[in-house]
This record gives sequence, C-alpha cells and structure tokens, in this order.
Amino acid sequence: MYGRPAGRPYDLRTEMGSILSVKDLKVHFVTAGRTVRALDGVNFEIEEGKTFGLVGETGCGKSVTALSVLRLIPYPPGKIVGGEVRFRGRDLLALSGEEIRSIRGKEISMIFQEPMTSLNPVFRIGDQMSEVIRLHQGLNRSKAWAKAEEMLERVRIPDARRVARQFPHQLSGGMRQRVMIAMELSCHPYLLIADEPSTALDVTIQAQILRLIREMKEEFHTSILLITHDLGVIAEMCDRVGVMYAGSIVEEAGVEDIFESPKHPYTQGLWGAIPRIDEEKEALSVIPGMVPDLSNPPAGCRFHPRCAHRFGPCDQTVPSLLVIAPGHRVACFLYRERGGHG
Amino acid sequence: MAEALLQVRGLKKHFPVTRGWREEKALVRAVDGVDFMIRRGETLGLVGESGCGKTTVGRLILRLIDPTEGEVLFEGRNLASLEKNEIHPLRRFFQIIFQDPFASLNPRMTVSEIVGRPMEIHSLSQKSEREEKVASLLKSVGLMREHLGRYPHEFSGGQRQRIGIARALATQPSLIVADEPTSALDVSVQAQILNLLKKLQRDLGLTYLFISHNIGVVRHISDRVAVMYLGKIVEMAEKRILFQSPAHPYTQALLAAVPSLDPKRKRREVILEGDVPSPINPPPACRFHTRCSQTLPRCGEVEPPFHQFEDGRWISCHLYP
Repeated sequence: MYGRPAGRPYDLRTEMGSILSVKDLKVHFVTAGRTVRALDGVNFEIEEGKTFGLVGETGCGKSVTALSVLRLIPYPPGKIVGGEVRFRGRDLLALSGEEIRSIRGKEISMIFQEPMTSLNPVFRIGDQMSEVIRLHQGLNRSKAWAKAEEMLERVRIPDARRVARQFPHQLSGGMRQRVMIAMELSCHPYLLIADEPSTALDVTIQAQILRLIREMKEEFHTSILLITHDLGVIAEMCDRVGVMYAGSIVEEAGVEDIFESPKHPYTQGLWGAIPRIDEEKEALSVIPGMVPDLSNPPAGCRFHPRCAHRFGPCDQTVPSLLVIAPGHRVACFLYRERGGHG
Repeated sequence: MAEALLQVRGLKKHFPVTRGWREEKALVRAVDGVDFMIRRGETLGLVGESGCGKTTVGRLILRLIDPTEGEVLFEGRNLASLEKNEIHPLRRFFQIIFQDPFASLNPRMTVSEIVGRPMEIHSLSQKSEREEKVASLLKSVGLMREHLGRYPHEFSGGQRQRIGIARALATQPSLIVADEPTSALDVSVQAQILNLLKKLQRDLGLTYLFISHNIGVVRHISDRVAVMYLGKIVEMAEKRILFQSPAHPYTQALLAAVPSLDPKRKRREVILEGDVPSPINPPPACRFHTRCSQTLPRCGEVEPPFHQFEDGRWISCHLYP
C-alpha cells in the first residue's frame, strides 16, 4: 500500500462521506449575443472511494460539468453563473486563483480523451511527469525523475526507464493514456476526473486502460468522476450513474438499478438505442426529434418535445430530481403524479 | 442459398513508405491476402481494430485504389484487372457510404446537386425529371422535399448521413460498402441510421459490406461477420455462430474486450496484452501468435491456412487443423 503524503489527515477529507458535491451548477456561454445555457442546474454527489459516471450524448454538458469542477471553463465565452462545487468541505467556486491552482493536479486531477493533445510534444515523458511532481510535492529534480519512473512502472509500462526518456509521439495511443494516468496519479489525488479516457482507443486497448483505472482506484483509494457516452464503460466501471440531457441530470441511480429499470423516458430511449453484442433485436428503439438548441431551450422539461409520455405540466414547469426509490432519483413528472412509484 | 454477388480472392494491397532520416524503403502490408464472398441481398460485417486493413479492403473492392494482387469478381467480372475506362460504367452498381458526414459532402453544393450528380454522371435521368427523382430518394431516407435547395451545413450529423445514403442510392446500386457509417454519430442517431439501412435493404434488395470497429453495431446489422487482424481475415462465420462460439483466439479476445451492458458481469476472461504489431513488419507465420494465449510451437513458423469447417465457419488458426 502506498502511503498518502504527510499533512493530509484523513479526517479532513469528507463531509458525510461525499468527496465532491455539486449543487445547482449553472454555466452559460455567451457568443454573438446569444446565451447558451449549457448547464442548467446540475446536482450530484460523489461518495468517497466510488466511481460516479456521467453519461449522455454530444452537447449534453457532461464535459462542461467536469471542466467547471476545476474551473477550467474558458472565460469568455463561458461563465459559471451559479451553484456550488463542494470538495472536501470547501466551495471550489469561491476560491482564489492561487488556491484553485494548488488543488488542480494535486488534489483533483484530470485525464482527457485524446492523450496526444494533453501531452506536450517537445518534452520527454519523464520531464513532463517530474514537473508535476516537483511543483506539487517539492521534490528535487532527480528524486522527481525517479518518482516518475516508478509511476510509469506502476501503470505497467514495460521498460519504464526507457519510456521516461522518450517523447509522446514515440508511444502508441494506449501507452500515452497510461502515461497520463501515471502522471495524474503521481500526486495521489483525492478525485480523478476522467473525460472519455478510452474513447479514442481500440476496444482491446480500452479494456487494458479500464482495467488499469480500476486497479489504480483500488490502490490509491481515489474517487473517480468518469465521463463517457459509452454505456458499456459505465456498466463496467461505475458505482453510480447520472444521465445528462440538455444541461441537467435527468436521472441518477446506482449502476445496477439504472440498467435494470431505467425510469426517465430519455434514459429508456438511450438504453433501447444501443445495439448489444449479447442480444438480438430486429429494430433499435429511436428517440424522435433532435437535441434542443440550448440558446433557446424548450420551456419546462427540456426533453418534453421528444417525449412520448408528455402530459400537462411537462411544457410548463421544470421537474426537479426527486427520490423515487432508495438511491434512485428522477427528474420527471410521470413519477411524481404516480405518488413516487414507477 | 443466394448466389455470390461479390467474390474476393487473394486480395493484397501493399503501400510503399519511407521511414526515418535514412529514408529506408518499406512496405505497409495493409491487406495481405484476403478471401471472402458476399451473397446477393446479405450483409457481411467486416470488423477489426484500427489499422487492420478493413477500410482498405472496402476501397479495393470499389477500385478506389488499385490492388497489388488478387481478384475482385463482381457478378463474374474481375474489377481488379479492368482498365479505368472499362470500370467507369460499372461504378453505378457499387457505391459507398463514408464515415464522416461532415467531410464527405461538398459544402458548396445543394442537396439536390449532391444527390442528383451521380444520376447525371451515369446518364440515368433527364434533367427535367431529375429533381423529382431526387425528391423521392430524399423521402426514402427520411428527408423532405423542402431540403432540396439547402446546403450541407444546414443539417445535423444524422441528416447529413441520410443525404450520403441518398447519394449512394441514386444510381440504383446492388452493392453498398458502408465504411463506419455511424461511428461519428451519437447512439440515438446511430439507431435511426441503422434502422434506415436495414429498411432500405429489405425494400431494395441491397447487398452490404458493412465495415466497423463497433462490434455491437456489426452484430446488429450483419448476416455474416468477418474478423480482420493485421491485414488478414482470421475468422468468418454466420453471425449467430461467431458470437455464440467464437473460435479464433483473437475473436475471443475481441469479443471479451467489449464492455458488457450488464453491470453485474464485470469480470472479463481474457484481456489482450500489448499493442497491435506494425503492419510494416508483421510477425511471421500466424500474425497473432505474439499476443495469443494459446500458442503452439508451429504458430511462429508455419502460417495457418484459411479453411472452412462443416458449420460454414472459416478460420485461420493451428488450434483448428
């Protein structure tokens, strides 16, 4: 077991077991006079040591959510206009620039989809890794390099000493993603944000990387926010899942609950649309219509124009996330009307 | 059993490359001896990981690139040996749908021009009746007459892919090569396009070669499936047989690598280690032997033949002599 660096007592880490809680997060992008309401009240919590998955289609706001947690939304055009991101008892949105910088990469770190664009092409792997280690852990150059090599070994890169002296373009996509994981875990973050970490990889390499993330989570006791559009990755990796549609979470539940009985009509549609390798279907279910334009979103529930079950209140009021079963929350009037049961 | 529409024999494509500062000459063996056939009216799924040569196979069949070796018999004529001017009139019978609906439509042409152009090139309709024909094609792919005068940028990814499909149908082809047609799309849009492709096949009796890295999609759309690894087909069988009892160790590993949609089944039996070797210098004999968990001594010495079994399955592996 790897020891956590001194000066980080465990008792400071949690507040009622959750490492991160996002409350009513709102992010707008202002372009050419239009306001795109990218996030419209996002709520979720990540329990310590667990993996929380955010799933949804292009433009639903899952990556914006991840970037907002670290306050990496480019301003302008983006702006966090409301809400709270509570991490280990502190509201990240209220911190100074210097304070948030000391959290990025050290207490919360992030892996992106395309490892080539997140590695600097003109520096050796070892240099890039030891820079992070020196910055956040205050080690000297040679110790930081040794630590970098050790981390490369721990993510099972063969011949780590040689790889540390190589440049990013000399590595395969899977290897680069291993380097990213090694770099992000080198400061033992409390929370790892992984934004589509395996999407750019082939399926057999994806399997390696997902297994590595699972093993590293066990080894380092890291909590994970995993962002993906792939429901298979969600099923394999996550403890809890939030389904996003057009800027908010429409359903949130434990992974087994949501795969066994998806409740929100959008979740049901999304699940029915996947061709599976373990099952034959003649036709896939289809969600009619298109994702709304978020600069002019529909009133009420943002899904109502595409929903087969819409009725009275759907185009009037925005449904809030309500508990319909233990640990299962849905933002849909269908369940409120029926007295909290699906 | 329907007749073979397309028969491919010993197809090879080697691309010359120069490597390093010494500019050493080398060959990328992108496709290195592929045999298969497609029956009229069926869908053959071609699946494999990046760089296995599946897209090159699609392009070779359409003679978008010239093969290094081998035969492509389309309704009995060898496309690989025809001259450019001989192949032109045949092109209307085989068309392609591309992966990227943003790059494959000319942004300066209206939908009417994009879809009408193949008819014009192959003199399949009078100018006066062309618009009518385009409109009915649009209707068959779920678009509307109002879309005729619009430009590609006015459409979403899914709609653009429908335009690409309408263009492919414009010459009334018998074979369509669909190269990752849904890979750039979200799952809900992907479902719409897959359903459309199935419906068109039923209505028009089309034959598809469906190329994809997405195993769920291939399973959904195909009648038979061929699995490629480093320029060769390692296994090919009826879909049901292949998915219920994959035989080749690579097929087994590939299927096992796909994340299951059942959260209760998190463990995998096999995880392939390492990366795919380079097609410039592929391993000798069986190309998979360097990563295979069931290697025999001869796997690195003798190339396993690609042969057929009683259940119709083709396989290239020494475990199945």
